[in-house]
Order: sequence, then C-alpha cells, then structure tokens
Amino acid sequence: MKMICPKSEAALAEFVAGADGPLAVTGGGTQGVALSGARVSLCGLSGVELYEPGALTLVVQSGTPVAKIEALLAKENQQLAFEPRDMRVLIGTQGDPTIGGVFATNLSGPRRIQAGATRDSLLGVRYVDGAGQCVKNGGRVMKNVTGYDLVKLMAGSYGTLGILTEVALKVLPRPETVGTLRFVGLTPVQAVAAMSKALGSPYDVTGAAHIPGTEPVTLIRLEGFEASVQYRIAELHAVLAEFGEVHAEMGTDVWRDVRDVKPLHAASGNIWRISVKPSDAPEVLAQLEPEAAMMDWGGGLIWAALPESQDARLAVEGVAGHATLLRGDGFPRFHPESAPVAKLANRLRAKFDPRGILNPGLMR
Amino acid sequence: MEMPRPDPAVLARKAQLVSRLRTILADDAIIHDEMETRAYECDALTAYKCPPLLAVLPSTTQEVSDVLRVCHDMNVPVVPRGSGTSLAGGALPTADSVILGVARMNDVLETDYPNRVIRVQTGRTNLSVSGAVEEEEFFYAPDPSSQLACAIAGNIAMNSGGAHCLKYGVTTNNLLGVTMVLMDGTVVELGGAHLDAGGLDLLGVICGSEGQLGVVTEATLRILHKPEGARPVLIGFDSNEVAGACVSDIIKSGILPVAIEFMDRPCIRACEAFAKAGYPDCEALLIVEVEGSEAEIAFQLDKIKEIANRHNPVELREAQDADQAARIWLGRKSAFGAMGQINDYMCLDGTIPVSSLPFVLRRIGELSQKFGLEVANVFHAGDGNMHPLILFDANKPGDLETCEAFGAEILKLCVEAGGCLTGEHGVGVEKRDLMLHQYTAGDLDAQLAVKDAFDPRWLLNPAKVFPLAVTEARRVAA
Ligand SMILES: Cc1cc2nc3c(=O)[nH]c(=O)nc-3n(C[C@H](O)[C@H](O)[C@H](O)COP(=O)(O)OP(=O)(O)OC[C@H]3O[C@@H](n4cnc5c(N)ncnc54)[C@H](O)[C@@H]3O)c2cc1C
Repeated sequence: MKMICPKSEAALAEFVAGADGPLAVTGGGTQGVALSGARVSLCGLSGVELYEPGALTLVVQSGTPVAKIEALLAKENQQLAFEPRDMRVLIGTQGDPTIGGVFATNLSGPRRIQAGATRDSLLGVRYVDGAGQCVKNGGRVMKNVTGYDLVKLMAGSYGTLGILTEVALKVLPRPETVGTLRFVGLTPVQAVAAMSKALGSPYDVTGAAHIPGTEPVTLIRLEGFEASVQYRIAELHAVLAEFGEVHAEMGTDVWRDVRDVKPLHAASGNIWRISVKPSDAPEVLAQLEPEAAMMDWGGGLIWAALPESQDARLAVEGVAGHATLLRGDGFPRFHPESAPVAKLANRLRAKFDPRGILNPGLMR
Repeated sequence: MEMPRPDPAVLARKAQLVSRLRTILADDAIIHDEMETRAYECDALTAYKCPPLLAVLPSTTQEVSDVLRVCHDMNVPVVPRGSGTSLAGGALPTADSVILGVARMNDVLETDYPNRVIRVQTGRTNLSVSGAVEEEEFFYAPDPSSQLACAIAGNIAMNSGGAHCLKYGVTTNNLLGVTMVLMDGTVVELGGAHLDAGGLDLLGVICGSEGQLGVVTEATLRILHKPEGARPVLIGFDSNEVAGACVSDIIKSGILPVAIEFMDRPCIRACEAFAKAGYPDCEALLIVEVEGSEAEIAFQLDKIKEIANRHNPVELREAQDADQAARIWLGRKSAFGAMGQINDYMCLDGTIPVSSLPFVLRRIGELSQKFGLEVANVFHAGDGNMHPLILFDANKPGDLETCEAFGAEILKLCVEAGGCLTGEHGVGVEKRDLMLHQYTAGDLDAQLAVKDAFDPRWLLNPAKVFPLAVTEARRVAA
C-alpha cells in the first residue's frame, strides 16, 4: 500500500485538504490498529523544537520516536512522568513508537496513580483537522486556562479529530532510587486491600500492581532520594504488616515488566484493558476468569487475556468503568457510549472532521 | 465593557418565565425582585455590573435540568454561578439572563477512602471538601487562595489552581467525573470513580470551559492522604535574574518542591509594611516549601540551601518550627490584603516560561513608568504563573482605564514571551478581547466548534471567553 510521509505541517495540511477518501494515520504503527485508506505517516515530522530542563518543558514534533526523547531527557536526569507503555510485544507489532502515537492513544503507565495520566503531561498541541486546517491549542507553559482545553480532547482521540503535528509536554525529574515491596500469595481481594492501604498512606506510592497466578505477586513502588525511599519502605512495612511476609528490593526492572504488561505476553486470545474502581476489580477479575491477567493502578486497571468469544464488557455491567479491546477481534474496540455522550461525540466529530476521513470508524 | 444588547422579547416575558419556573422550584428558590437580583450583579471583578433578569437556586440535578429546559424553550440565556469569586467576570450576568446558582447544592454524596475519591454536589466550597475528609487525614489538593469561599462548580469551570499545584496539579488533574446538564436539559454523566474516562475526553473539555458548555451539578474528585509534614525556607536575592536562576537550578536538581513563590521588591515592601513578617528588604524573595517526614524535609531543604548558597543570597532563613513557618508564609498570604490597604488594585494572571522571568519583570518595570502606575509582582515561580498587581485609584477619573490598558500590555507581553493570557483565573469578560493575541481566528474557530456541539443555540454564559465580533455570526445564526 502506498504511504505518504509529509515533511512539514503545511504539506500535511495540503494533503488532507485535497484528500478524496479515508486516511489511515500512523505514527510508529505499534498500536496495531488496522485501518483502510491512504496511509499517512508522521515519520517525516520528527525533531526536538525546544527543551528547557529548568522549566520541565519539552516541545517536539509528533513523529519523534519516544526512545529518542527518553534518551534526551535521561541526559538531564529527567523522564516522561507517565511512563509510556511499549505495546509491541503484547500486541505483536513492530516499529518505533512515536510521541504523537503516545498522546493519540493516551495509554498511561504505572505512574498514572501518582503523576497523572498521559494527557495530564500534555501542555499544548498543533494539529491538522479533517478539513486540512492547522490549529494550535494550549501552549508550552504549565498553567494555562486561556480558552477551551482542546489539548485534552486531542489526547486519546486516536487521530480521529485531528492529526497531531507538534506537542508540548511537561517532564519530571528522574528519581534517584526506586524501591519495591513485594508480597507473595495474596488473593486479588487482599492485594487490592494492601494496595489501597499503601496508596492511602502519606508515603507517595508511585506504582501498585498485582499479578495473579499460581504464585501471585503484589508490587508496591516508592521513588525518590535513597534515604527517603529506605525510610518509606520501612514505614510501609509496618503499615502493611497484616498482609504477611514482604521483601524489599531496589531497581526498576520489574516495573518495566508491569509497564509493558509482560505477564500477558505469552497469552493467546484477545487482550482487554479494563478501567474500574479498584474495589470493584477483584469481582470483575473473578467473573472473567482470564487465562492471564494483571492489575495495575492499585486495581484500577485490569489487563486480561480472554478467549476470542468472550465479551469482557459483561463483567463491567453494573459497575463504573469501561473495557477496551486492544488485541484481537470479535467486539468493537471501544466501550459503547451512553446515548447523550454519543450524541455530543458525534457532533464534535462532524465539526472536526466534516468529511469523516480521519481514521474513519476507529473509535466506534 | 461591551455586552450584547438584551433581547427585548426575553425581557417582555419575565412574568411568564417566573410562572413557569414556579412549577419547578420552591418560591424561595426564585429571586426576581429587582432589589434582590442586585446581589447577583457581579462577581469578584466588581468593575463590571449588571443585574440579571432573575436568579434561581435549585437543589437537585433534576431541578437544574427542568430549569434549563424551560429557559431553552423560551430562548433565555443562562449564567451558571458558584460562589461568585471569579476575578475575570466569568459569572457576570446580562440583563436578559437567568443566573443559575448552585449554592444550595452543597452535599457530600459519597466519601470513599479505599478508592481515594469523594463525590460532592458542586455548590460545596473548595475548603469544605478537604474539611469533609480531614478526620481521616485526607485532603483535596487544588487550593486556590479563595478556597474558603469559592465553589467546586467555579473551580471546574475555571480549572482553578493553587499554591501547591506544582506537585499536585490543578483542578483538571484531580477531577475524575461529573454530572452535567446541557442547555436543553439533557443530563450527561462523564467519567466516575475509575481513573480513565473512556472514549473522547469530554471531561477534560468541560473543565475550564467557563460555564459555556453545561451546568456541572456533581463531581467526583481525587483525594489524597496528607503528607507527614511540610516546611518552607525563605531566600532573598539582590536581583530578579539571580532569583530566577535559582528557581531553575532547584528544579533541575531533581527536587520537586510543593511550592515555589516569588515576590519582587514592591511586593515585599507592601507585605512587610502590612503584615510585619520580618522579610528582608531586598530585590527578590523566594519561598520554597517541601513535604515529607522530618528527615526527608531536612534532606531536601539542605539541598535547596546548598543550591541557593551558590547564588549568594542576601538572606536564607529556614523555619525551625511551625511558628516560624507561619511567619514565612504570613507576608505572602497577606499580599492581596496588603495591596488592598494601600490602594485599589487589579490582579493579573498571565503565565510565562520560567526562563523569561528576568526579561518580563524588566519590561513590566518599564511599562510601569510609561503608564505611571505602580505594580507589585507575586507569583508561582515553579510554573511561571505571574500575578502582577497594578495599583490604581478608583476615585481618580481615567485611572481604571489606564490600569486596564497597562494590564493588557502586560498580558500581551506574557504571550510574546511564550506564555499565555491566563494561568488560573480564566478569560471571562476581562480577557475576552485579548484572545486574538494568543490564538488565530482559525484556532478560535476550533474552540467555537466545541461550543456549537454542546450548546447549539448559544444560550449558556453569553459574551464570555471569545471576542464578541468573533462569535457574532454564530450567535445570530443560533
Ligand atoms: C481573593 C481571591 C483569591 C483568588 N485566588 C485564586 C487562586 O489562587 N487560584 C485560582 O485559580 N483562582 C483564584 N481566584 C479566582 C476564583 O476564586 C476562582 O476562579 C474560583 O474557581 C471561582 O469559583 P466560584 O465558585 O466563585 O465561581 P463563580 O465566580 O461563581 O463562577 C466562575 C465561573 O464558573 C462558571 N460556573 C459556576 N458554576 C458553574 C456550574 N455549576 N457549572 C458550570 N459553570 C459554572 C460561571 O459561569 C463562571 O464562568 C481568587 C479569587 C479571589 C477573589
């Protein structure tokens, strides 16, 4: 299939304005969304526009590889606070994730519970809408309430409202030390109770995950200066004494596995991502009986591998939350919207992409 | 301030409107007497006043929906109102509008510590949300200085911030869900106690939309356990440049303080005269606060002091106890009161990239000479949100106009420096006419498209956020 790769925002805008059919917008192509239409790649829009470590801000073109950004930040001991997940192994894709793709999908990593979602780091955008107009919203400063917040609207819209060309984001210092408390053998109910207790403490927990299985593991992460991490590990030990034996370990490896959803890498079938209230998670998990699963965000995010015939959404009925199908077929990718929300979303789509050519149908 | 001409057809049907509202609301929830509607003629931007046609104070989401349906039916504009503390004229009525106040909707609906959320009606004040979870040592993080009075409704509409948002984020980062009523009476649920609302991020669009897209009646907010402790250090410098460089170095060092506040000499002097906090007489003052256990606080403050010492501070004072900490904050917290004592003042709220701080402060000084009005600067340095306070005399003819012209120049300067017109107070009517300095007509068009989608008849909170000329065609067509 033919692919075009504009070298500037203006060239992209001209192409979109003149398009006479659907466009399939891709960054690194690592999210595995299958689309029909002329392929538009953002790989030609790559590069850092501005990086001010002392102001924690970075402005980059949307096709810039995430790896390049992470390397740049690492030199200044900074990082992307939201820990973008590398989905390649889980979904079975190749390519280099781009920063535009990260924001277009708004999939946040384990630090979501403490540092905010991917969208919370996004300060400003430039994009080309479905009519080929170039639009700017937000800016590069951390506090900005000038006009409506279309930055949030763009984050997580999977390129269906506009094609991101430039993003301004907030970065954070990279912690000096990472420590993890590890519990073994907790049931999902106990694990969520332990994680809630940790997250409800003053000890600034930045990760809380549970991997069920024959030997279930519950992980709680603390980050910061060495002495502070040691202190908080000791305090949490005491707070969580009722949950049995616990090991403390230093280092980041296990969190890379959580970030990239490693416990599901070998699983077959469909992969679902389910967002619920932590206290509802054990019951949802029990109903699903998945082949492999992981709870992140203290229970607020469930990853589940299910047979192709099984509808994860049945387990979320009656509780607040939603399920997204990230790998596989048989069900719509996104959770159906309520009638009033669908009406608003459709009106917005008609405004931002009047011809319905940007990744058509992707978010239905 | 130019406002759209009141619709004579609406004015003529006041009696009919009142009688229809009486079928929905208790009599005491409808305020239509001209003496009483005065209470709603302005918000905290008192330079502009206009009594509304009438005001209503519903108690439930259902009542809000019924009221909106009637107004929609009769083509009556509606101005949502929380506590009326907006500094941007966000809740300024038009003569043909109904003020819809949520002040009577102030219940806590659910407190859920294991999931770390609270659900409230939006008329509840910011501080009383924290108050409701205090017994378990929890708090709601966004803390505007007006927190005793302002409502969650207004916080959501303005996406309000506070002194501690460097660490905890502003309203939008702490808002998980809302119940909202559209102008046609439709009730919409967005998000909830789960962390990720699905589909398009409509919740993110609602937050900061200044009451123009829907009336928010309930909100699910993230709550956190209080830190073990907090302590400030006060650092004085003999130049703004050096103070700015110190802020940048602290941030680069990997420490993330909860607050970094900056005051310039005119502000330090005024605060000192008013509050007698014992501030040094110097060019620039920083107050840096860190959180944690005793040992963690000491560790971070040592690092900060070490960085500050490299910049030759004229004063470096660490609070040794709660009393000294309070004294360090005393001056800063009384900045607005101190200014109010000396003079009338106008508080601006532009944001700049921290790196352009010295340049912007120098330019503000030059502009101050040009306009012949004094200005004092106090601001959240960690995130570049400035609050220049321009002093003027409301009784002196022409002074307010000069002050407004000066203010507009400062805000344009913020935009030129790479920042924006407003960091936390909102656009309202105050900065409406400056929007084209920050955005092109095309950029604004995309925002107006959102308004079209949520409120196709353009009845909610008229004449705010966008220049009237930019919205005219849409308003006429609606
Ligand atoms: C002394 C002082 C200090 C301040 N300090 C700060 C500060 O530190 N940080 C900061 O961010 N702000 C600050 N402010 C500004 C102000 O307090 C905030 O903007 C606040 O959020 C307004 O809340 P409110 O309930 O008073 O809203 P209102 O003034 O009643 O209304 C504000 C806006 O919200 C809309 N609105 C109200 N209710 C609803 C609803 N239910 N649904 C939809 N829209 C609605 C209104 O139409 C209006 O546009 C300060 C103000 C004062 C007077």
